[in-house]
Amino acid sequence: MIDLLLSLLIVTGAMFTFIGSLGLARLRDFYTRLHGPTKASTLGVGCLLIASAVYFSVQDEGVSLHEVLVTLFLFITAPVSAHLLGKAALHLKLKSLAPVPARDNDAPSDPVC
Amino acid sequence: MLSTAIQIAFALVSLAFLLSFWRLLKGPDAPDRILALDTLYVNTIALLVLLGIYRGSAIYFEAALLIAMMGFVGTVALCKYLLHGDIIE
Repeated sequence: MIDLLLSLLIVTGAMFTFIGSLGLARLRDFYTRLHGPTKASTLGVGCLLIASAVYFSVQDEGVSLHEVLVTLFLFITAPVSAHLLGKAALHLKLKSLAPVPARDNDAPSDPVC
Repeated sequence: MLSTAIQIAFALVSLAFLLSFWRLLKGPDAPDRILALDTLYVNTIALLVLLGIYRGSAIYFEAALLIAMMGFVGTVALCKYLLHGDIIE
């Protein structure tokens, strides 16, 4: 029973890690590409770390809490690095596939991107 | 059953490594490459956790924690360099 749960968690985590990198490789502009690896860092590594915590808790007859540190650190730092990457991309004026939103006033707008 | 699942997971994470590495080599702009490096760090953490389960040893978590910290610091430093031109003002 615990074997089945562990196998399910491991395969799900690895699948999400793969899907995150697939998104990174296949999506077409930077701002959509920023979206892919977040799945890998939250769901993918999260599932793997839960599997590892369950495995070592069952094996060593005691609650194993090393994994919670890694999970906590990843969950705190992932939004910060994504925010900084987005700011750097905006600073460099990278091209976006989304159309530039219309201005409110009628002044001729210069295309930003 | 668990060993089969771990083999499948190793294959999937290795494929993820290859895809991120392709983006690191190809990525048209600097932020793409930084994002690919960040994803490589996350994939390395996943691979180390899998290796810890596979070998049945808890010693790999320290390495995973160190890689998580260094990856975050490296990403922030590279982004600060792109934003300001220097890292420590």
